Formats: sequence, structure tokens, C-alpha cells
Amino acid sequence: MADFDTPELKDFLETPALCPGSMEHSKPFVAAPVHQEALGFPGELVENWQEKAIDRMGELLDTNRALRVYLDSCVKCGACTDKCHYFLGTGDPKNMPVARQDLFRKVYRRNFTTAGKYVPWLVGAEDLTEETLDDWYSYFHQCSQCRRCSVYCPYGIDTAEISMAARDIMDHIGIGQKYSNEIIGKLHKIGNNLGLPEPALANTLEGLEEDIEEETGIAVKLPLDVQGAEILLVTPSADFFAEPHVDGLIGYAKVFHAAGASWTISSYASEAANFAMFIGSQEQMREVAQRIWQAARDLGVKRIILGECGHAWRVAYSFWDTLVGPFDFLDPAYPMPMHICEYTDDLINREKLRLNKAANDEMTLTFHDSCNVARATSMGGRPGGQFEIPRAVIKAVCNNFHDMADDTIHEATFCCGGGGGLLTDDLTELRVKGAKPRMQALNAVVEDHGVTHMAAICAICKSQFSKVMPYYGLEMDAIVSLHQLVSNAIVLEGSIQEEELDGTGEDDEAGESLEAEDEVAAIDG
Amino acid sequence: MPTVTVIYALLFYVATAILIVGLGFKIRQYWRTPQPLKIPTTPAPMNGSGVVVRMLREVVIFESLFKSNKWIWIFGWVFHAAMAVALLRHLRYFTEPVWGWVVLIQPFGVYAGFAMMLGLAGLLVRRFVVARVRYITSPSDILFLLLLLAIGATGLSMKFVSPTDIIGLKAFMLGLMYFDWQPLPEDANLLIHLGLVISLMIIFPFSKLLHAPGLFFSPSRNQPDDVRMKRHPGAFEAENQARGA
Repeated sequence: MADFDTPELKDFLETPALCPGSMEHSKPFVAAPVHQEALGFPGELVENWQEKAIDRMGELLDTNRALRVYLDSCVKCGACTDKCHYFLGTGDPKNMPVARQDLFRKVYRRNFTTAGKYVPWLVGAEDLTEETLDDWYSYFHQCSQCRRCSVYCPYGIDTAEISMAARDIMDHIGIGQKYSNEIIGKLHKIGNNLGLPEPALANTLEGLEEDIEEETGIAVKLPLDVQGAEILLVTPSADFFAEPHVDGLIGYAKVFHAAGASWTISSYASEAANFAMFIGSQEQMREVAQRIWQAARDLGVKRIILGECGHAWRVAYSFWDTLVGPFDFLDPAYPMPMHICEYTDDLINREKLRLNKAANDEMTLTFHDSCNVARATSMGGRPGGQFEIPRAVIKAVCNNFHDMADDTIHEATFCCGGGGGLLTDDLTELRVKGAKPRMQALNAVVEDHGVTHMAAICAICKSQFSKVMPYYGLEMDAIVSLHQLVSNAIVLEGSIQEEELDGTGEDDEAGESLEAEDEVAAIDG
Repeated sequence: MPTVTVIYALLFYVATAILIVGLGFKIRQYWRTPQPLKIPTTPAPMNGSGVVVRMLREVVIFESLFKSNKWIWIFGWVFHAAMAVALLRHLRYFTEPVWGWVVLIQPFGVYAGFAMMLGLAGLLVRRFVVARVRYITSPSDILFLLLLLAIGATGLSMKFVSPTDIIGLKAFMLGLMYFDWQPLPEDANLLIHLGLVISLMIIFPFSKLLHAPGLFFSPSRNQPDDVRMKRHPGAFEAENQARGA
């Protein structure tokens, strides 16, 4: 399948021996001048790149407290060294969070600290050489900005902040990453990462409406650009076409339908994802988010709901207000923004949805906490709601659920291996190896508890798992959208599913009463 | 006044000035640098008092480190806690009369001295035997541990091997504080001990010891997760407000 070996899954996740340089060759394609210039970055490596890079670093240090504090505070205690999934999957020491930071820190020390200026050898300070820049490009594109290291750091040092700064500096001297920058350009131009124009989007949504009608017998709508709708749904564009994402979108539509909600998708802002976060550019991130603000205002909606997307939820939840707020035209009675899981969970709690759990009986589920949701946001207005609410929804629609090991879920969750702008085919080896810790944990519940499927609420996780699970001997369709499960279980009024459940067919009733008798017998016994 | 006394007195003044001004500069720099976005590592407390509790847990019991690695935690925590007790014990050289609670902790201070050495030794051994930690270690990381070990060793030896003239030492210290210089006892152990402490004070603001103030300024730890409860205007606020119409 590829020119590298897929890591072997053992009984437990072992910390690998150091293999220096083993991932040095892993580099994503460099952005072409056209992709760079579309974002206002120089097209290729500028002549005085060293000077420019240090200047940019200085600007970031003066405007970003986190960066400054994180660079100064590390004591090299080693707490983070075995926490990164890319280190665990590759053994390359430069994938240890502290070592990754040190690629940046050594240049910071050399140029911005007294010790680094006068006794560089003592504190590991170095100039930004061509080799270091090479390392930067390689290893700052081996960080998915998942924040797992920051959970375990005694000072909360977040390598994501440092890799964002490094990528920003590289963009500013002309060597951006093709995957992220090309996508951001597409979004500016067309409104989504896929470059799906309005007519194609309208066509896709119509097709989905037909599919739902065929399945349920009900005309469930996926409205586009409806002026005056109450809810604007912003969802990752993968939801419009890719499996299993699209099944999630069908799930949202059914939930809205069941709730009798007035909602719409916007063709102008048909993308929840905000890849500008990955390249650490607040200006770009703002421009991307601004489309959603504009669409919400133009359509006159009262609230905004986000579909299943990890980093999009982070940007929306944590950054929107700062970047493009205030959203003072929305109805303040609702949280801004709201997650689709919060919306569905609320309907379930208020018993507004009829759910037939048995529809998911052929599956035994587990849940993958997506890194940005788990460690950079919350749900339900309470700490930890981001873990409880998705699980509550799954348990409301499925009979069989089993969590993975405690040290691999919730705040300790492992990244899928494809986050942070790394979900590209030129990084396949990294993605496969970086998925190892998650695959290990999944495999354990597959073997010990008969888990058949893993649900996720992130478009990147879903795409990544579909791609890498076969390398580990798992089926690619073992990854499902959370709202795909809701979609399976939901019983819409007047639908074929309702008829099947409530129908007067004698066989059905006989079957049900038999089961009931069995249960009584079991209890008596 | 003996030359040694003059040298040490001046060094103490210089070191104290560097420590205070240097730390003050860094703290001012951290304070003044804006934090552009809300980035608490979640689950995070949702209000200020919750943040105070989170921070207290980090400062007092090293909660995140505990979650991370029990060996580093035990060595690191024992070292820091013991050093704190030992430092407090030293208050008796700077106060007259000695405060009651400082008198009370005197006996513990001695045990703390040994505990501090043990913790430091554990951290030092890790730097050599754990390959991952060895990889990230620079010379300064080892020198810091050796410096602290040497401070502890010279301190303990003044208690157990060759007692120094602590009455004279206290007079010297009080003299420094009230600008009424008194001679410093010229005992090798003491001179080395004080010399090393002076070096540590001078190095502090230029080194990784900045993790002490740094923790309090770490946005992933000191920000409440209140993003949906109140507004968080940033660098673009003026532009955004103008856009309204």
C-alpha cells in the first residue's frame, strides 16, 4: 500500500525508543506562488528571509502573550515527551512536544534573550539556519495542534500556539503549506473548502432531500439561502458529499424537521471549517469567519448552529466573538454559537424526538473525542459538557456503547492523526503513524468488547479514520457520524419507520411480546 | 571592614537589584503583552474563582504534572516543597525577633534540606537515564540542578559537618538590610553557600526559572472558559463596530 510500515498494534501502547531523524523526510507540498499571493503572503522564499523571519517573530512576541510566556517557561522536565501521538507513532524525538518547541525556542533564545545572545551553547540557542528552517517546515507540519501536551504540561504550555506561530512566520517569508493555503484561498473565492459553487450545492441538497424521502417517505427539506429562517446551520463542506459525513448532515436535517425548526444553510458561508487557524493567521481566520457573520446578518437569522466539525467548533466557540463579534443581531436567548449536539441533546431531554434505538442494534459503538472539541471548547455551559453531551446523544439512540480506555478519552483523547492542516495525501505516512495511539485504543475495545463502530463529531477525524483504518486492518466504514446514528434511530411522524413500528402487522406484535416474555423469564430466573 | 565582607555585601545588593528589576521587567512584559484569543485548556473553570482554585492546585500540588508522570511529579514536588520549607526556615537570619511560626518550622527545615537534595538528585538522574529527557537536556539544565544541589550540600554541611558562626551571619544579613554593615564570618562553606545563592539570584530572571511567574501568566491555565457568557473584544473590535451600519 505504501513505502512505509504501518505500526504494529500491541496489547498496550508502548513508548517507543528514540529514532532520531526518522520523520525528517516528512514534508507537505510547499504552496505555489499563486496560493501564497492569494492570502497576501510572498510567493516564494524572500531574499532576506532570516531577517524577515526574526522580524515577524518579534512582532508575534509583542502581540501574543501565550507565545512569549510559553517560550520562557519550559523547564525541560520531560512531562510532555511521551504525550504526542506523532511521537508515539514514529519515535522521532523531534516529535516530542518540548523538542518541537525547542526548534522555535532555540531561535527565540538566540535573538531575543540575554543568555542566548551571550552564552548560546549553554542554553541551546541557535541562529535560524537553513537546516533549522528545514526542520521547522518538516516538524511544525507534524503537529496537529491537538493540545494534548498542554493538558500535561505543569505550565500549560501549548505546542499548538508555537506551531501556529512557526507556520505564520514561514508564510511571511514565502514558504507556506500548499494544502491549507490553497483551501483558504478557495474559501475566500467561493465560500467553502471544496470550491463547491451555489448551483452545485443546491443540486446536492436536492439530491439529499430525494434520498431522505425515499428512505422515510417524508419530504424533509435541506433549505438553502432562506431569508428570515430562524437557524443558520454552518457545517463543514465535507458534510455535503463525503461518507460518512453526509449521513450526519441527513441526521441534522431530520432533527430539525422533527423539531419543526425553521432553518437554512447559506451558499455564501457554506463552510464551518476555518483552516486559517492551522496557519496561525488571525487576519485570515477573521476573514473566513466574517463570511459567516455576514451571511447570518444578511439572512436575518436568530441563531447559529454548528455541524460536526472539531476545529470549526473551536473557532466558533472560542474565537468568533473576538474576531468578528459582536453578533448583536442574533437572539440573545440562545448561546452563540450552539453545537448541533447541544441542540439534539436538548430535544432528547425534552422528549421532543421519537427514537428507536433498535435501529442501531447491528452496531456496538464507541466515541472518539475530537481534540479541538475536547481540549479547547465545552458544551452545555458546563466544564466537561463536551464529553457528556455527545455520549448522552449516542446512548439515547443506541443500545450498545462502550468507551475506550480512560487515558485515551475526554481531555486525554488522542488526535486522529490528521488534524491541524495535515489531512493531505502528501502526509500519508505521518497520518497513518500518528493514528497509532487511537487505533490501539480502538482495537482494544474491538477485541475485548465487540465494538464495531466509532462515532466522531469532526469532519477531519472522519476523513482521516476512513483513510487510515484499513492500514490497521479495520473497515473504513467503521467510522460513523454521530448524527448518522441519530438519523438511523429517529422516527419521523408519518414516516415509513413509524408505520413499521406502530403498524398492525401481526408478526411484529407477536415478535415483541415474545421478547417481553423472554425478559420476564430472565428476571424470574 | 574586611574585604570579603565588602565584596559579599556589594554582591548581595547587586544580585537583589538584578533579581527584582529583572523579574519586574519580565512580569511587566508578560502583563503588557496582549493575549489575542481565548485559549484555556478545557475542561476549564467557567469563572474567575474557579480559575483561582485551578491555579492553586497547579501551584500547590502540581496537578497537571501529577496527571502526566508520577516520577517527575514526586521528585519535582518534593524538591519544590522542601525548598519552600528550607527557604522559610532561613527567615530567621533576616528577622529579629524571629517570628513565632518561623521558630516552629525550624526542626522541619532540616528534614526539608535532605528532602530537597533527594528530589534534586532524582531529577538529575532522570536527565541521564531517561533517553527522552536526555535528548531535551541542555548543559544549563544540568548546571541548574548541580547549582541547587551544591547550595543544599553546603547548607546542610554547615548544620551537620562544620557549624558556622550563625550569630555573625545573622548580624551580617541584618546589617545588609538596615545599611549598617557587620563583618561576614569567613568560613569557606558559608562563603560558597552564599556565593552560589548570589549566582542563582542573578541568573533567575534570564533563565528557565521564569517558569515561576510564567505559570501565573499562562493563558491555557489562567483564562476562564466563559466565551459564550460575555464578550471578548480583541484587536479587531473597532473595525468590527464600524462595520455594523
